[in-house]
Amino acid sequence: MNSRTEPVQDIKRRRDGVLNAYVERIPFFKYLGITFERKGDELTGVLTYDPKLIGNAVVSRLHGGGTSAFLESTATMTLGWKSVWDAMESGEFDVTADDIKLPPLPKTISITTDYLRPGLPRDAYARATITRAGRRYASVQIEAWQDHRDVLFAQSTLHFLMPGA
Amino acid sequence: MAKPTPQQASFTELLPLCKAMKMKVTDVEDGAATLTMPYDPEMIGDPETGVIHGGPVSVLLDSVSGLAVTMHPDNTGMTATIDLRIDYMRPAPPRQDLTASAQVYHTTRTVAFIRATAWAADENKPIAQATGAFVFARKSDK
Repeated sequence: MNSRTEPVQDIKRRRDGVLNAYVERIPFFKYLGITFERKGDELTGVLTYDPKLIGNAVVSRLHGGGTSAFLESTATMTLGWKSVWDAMESGEFDVTADDIKLPPLPKTISITTDYLRPGLPRDAYARATITRAGRRYASVQIEAWQDHRDVLFAQSTLHFLMPGA
Repeated sequence: MAKPTPQQASFTELLPLCKAMKMKVTDVEDGAATLTMPYDPEMIGDPETGVIHGGPVSVLLDSVSGLAVTMHPDNTGMTATIDLRIDYMRPAPPRQDLTASAQVYHTTRTVAFIRATAWAADENKPIAQATGAFVFARKSDK
């Protein structure tokens, strides 16, 4: 596997298979309406707007806790995804199996969220940067936006405990 | 702390995400509040253990903090979170309801600073703690 001649559909089946297996086993992602778009190894978290995500009903703004939950989810998935990438590409996971055996996701130690602008009643997007990936601890920064990529409405810094540490 | 009045108890009804997560106001006082949130399998973050995701804990801590700010006697209007830091101290025990309480420990003309704690059965074994800054509009400036 991972040869330069590997058929593109095999590559996509493997990568999407592993990503979907992670996403499907976490009920909370579905509860909040979180999905992921994948471009190679880059993930973008998508929070699909739903009226239940509103915190302030008077002015119709997203709940800050929900925004924080979305950022934590996307940061965790991005870190977990990057940390299994090499194993995945070397064919360690059987994506045709009903129950793919995958390592657990990293555990959040702390999250600090800055609320830069009110969250509007529409979809939100988030992309994370792993600033340090150690064997035991990892640190992630994440940005969230709605209409314009450059106009952030929230950002977080998170620290994680890696599985098995 | 005191039992909430019907108007105070309706706080979680007015916030759709709190309502969806079935939060209830159990206690309020000046600049402080307590909320509960029932266990819900839809909020699981770790299917192996049934432990709920950190996300709902964030929602609970942010909500109770916002309520504590609105309960401050000098508060005049609505609030919003400026920043919130959460430390996850231990996993939430599966199939147990959560409680969180928050206190406003300092206010300026424009900012309220809060501390909040969430726990399951034992208040002395917090699952998470938070500190944060919230939008505040002090009464005397009106």
